[in-house]
Amino acid sequence: MNQPMILIEHVSKYFGNFRALDQVNLSVNAGEVLMIIGPSGSGKSTLLRCINHLEVPDAGRLVVDGILLDNNEAHINAVRAEVGMVFQRFELFPHLTVLENICLAQQKVRRRSRSESEAIGRALLEKVGIPEQAHKHPAQLSGGQQQRVAIARSLAMQPKIMLFDEPTSALDPEMIKEVLDVMLDLARDGMTMVVVSHEMGFARNAAHRVAFMDQGRIVEQGPPETIFVNPRHERTQLFLSRILH
Amino acid sequence: MAVESNQLGAPSERLLSRRRLEQFPWWLLIILSIILFMLVRIIVDPLYRSIFDTIQQGLVTTLSVTAIAFVFSLMFGLILGLGRVSTNPILRNLAITYIEFVRGVPILVLIFTISFALVPMIVRTIGLPNSAISLTTRAIIALVLIYGAYIAEIVRAGIESIGPGQMEAGRSLGMTRRQTMQYVILPQAVRNILPAIGNDLIALLKDSSLISVLGVREITQVSRLSVSTTFRYEETYFILTLFYLSMTLLLSLILQWIQHRVRVRG
Ligand SMILES: Nc1ncnc2c1ncn2[C@@H]1O[C@H](COP(=O)(O)OP(=O)(O)O)[C@@H](O)[C@H]1O
Ligand SMILES: [Mg+2]
Repeated sequence: MNQPMILIEHVSKYFGNFRALDQVNLSVNAGEVLMIIGPSGSGKSTLLRCINHLEVPDAGRLVVDGILLDNNEAHINAVRAEVGMVFQRFELFPHLTVLENICLAQQKVRRRSRSESEAIGRALLEKVGIPEQAHKHPAQLSGGQQQRVAIARSLAMQPKIMLFDEPTSALDPEMIKEVLDVMLDLARDGMTMVVVSHEMGFARNAAHRVAFMDQGRIVEQGPPETIFVNPRHERTQLFLSRILH
Repeated sequence: MAVESNQLGAPSERLLSRRRLEQFPWWLLIILSIILFMLVRIIVDPLYRSIFDTIQQGLVTTLSVTAIAFVFSLMFGLILGLGRVSTNPILRNLAITYIEFVRGVPILVLIFTISFALVPMIVRTIGLPNSAISLTTRAIIALVLIYGAYIAEIVRAGIESIGPGQMEAGRSLGMTRRQTMQYVILPQAVRNILPAIGNDLIALLKDSSLISVLGVREITQVSRLSVSTTFRYEETYFILTLFYLSMTLLLSLILQWIQHRVRVRG
């Protein structure tokens, strides 16, 4: 079957009278890396959060990995199991060690044994480059290390899709690269990714497509070189001129 | 801790010792002196001694009523607090109704109402004689129903003190709301609410004196019975005060120690 991994059709979302998403249409194919850019408040996070039903759309249709996201709890859980999410503020569990952070959902959702989940956890810590931190608590790690743990925690569920909501914007500049490198690896491995970020380096090296959002709409989208070099819309040009300098 | 320093960088001896004097817990020393003074009187004065022995007979009741009521209040308060933050509007409103009801009525009045109206009503409905439930049991039931509501509010505040991002992280990993609550939110909330729960334990210990109105022979009731025959108001009530003061002081020191340990373990 050649259906997209994520299909978003006419999705709208209101907070009170405020329209955060306005008839958004978007599709992401398997293995594709989509980057979403746009000014603050344009609805990027809201769109991302609709994909794993952390926000419930008020209108429209969302199909993720062939599963229609209605209000059926089983469908929602099935989708959440396939979709990993990385937050701006990491959201690691502070009372658990790094390894426990990575193992909790494996044991409670995937029903893996302790030893199996720990083996997977250690392998993932190796992959993100911090195997020696397994028994520390998140507060003892740098921001970059915490975000890498958060990525490992999501990957442990073996998701088909990874969502990133400004994964590097809470980080000190010298830590951004270590997180981006992990994300680049993932992109090369063929992970389907939706990344909200303004990191140009990542856009150039990994993004297949860039979508520009403003006021709850996707204003334009296309390959990174087109969007960054020859944006068609004035609003895109204005926004890019602000962030590129 | 920042310590003032002189020009050479090392804090002067005089400054250091002044800091130490300022930070010394003088209040504790004063209270301990009062307790010590009373203890000496109890030891040397036969009258004080005999009143002390009398009041002491209620001590087991005071402590066991407090302990039992506390354990059940915690369980009830946890359930009620979870209901309070439930996404189910029926559960949530039931919990809020109960909590607001209890918080809007004085403890003393609730103790009367529960012991002499609510419990008899239920007992009658079940078809048991009114004597089936002792006054001590009624007292405990009343304290649990009251303190459950207070603890529920603490539990709610504790859960709300954990930002929504933690629930979202749990949910996005595929855990259910319940699982996330159990393994992510509550363990953190418990750590945050430990001081408040400790305060409620101390308050419960003090409020256990109110059940003397039911005739339960805890230390306050024993004291009241004693003065009604001896007329030794001064000695009796000073010693009774000493009992509560030593117990609450000891308890708060123990609680501080526990909190310190929890914090150290991280
Ligand atoms: N839970 C919410 N309640 C009310 N308004 C919200 C909520 N979440 C987001 N919004 C509003 O929706 C708009 C889009 O938010 P968001 O998707 O977070 O934007 P972005 O991620 O692009 O900065 C913003 O104006 C924001 O204030
Ligand atoms: Mg955002």
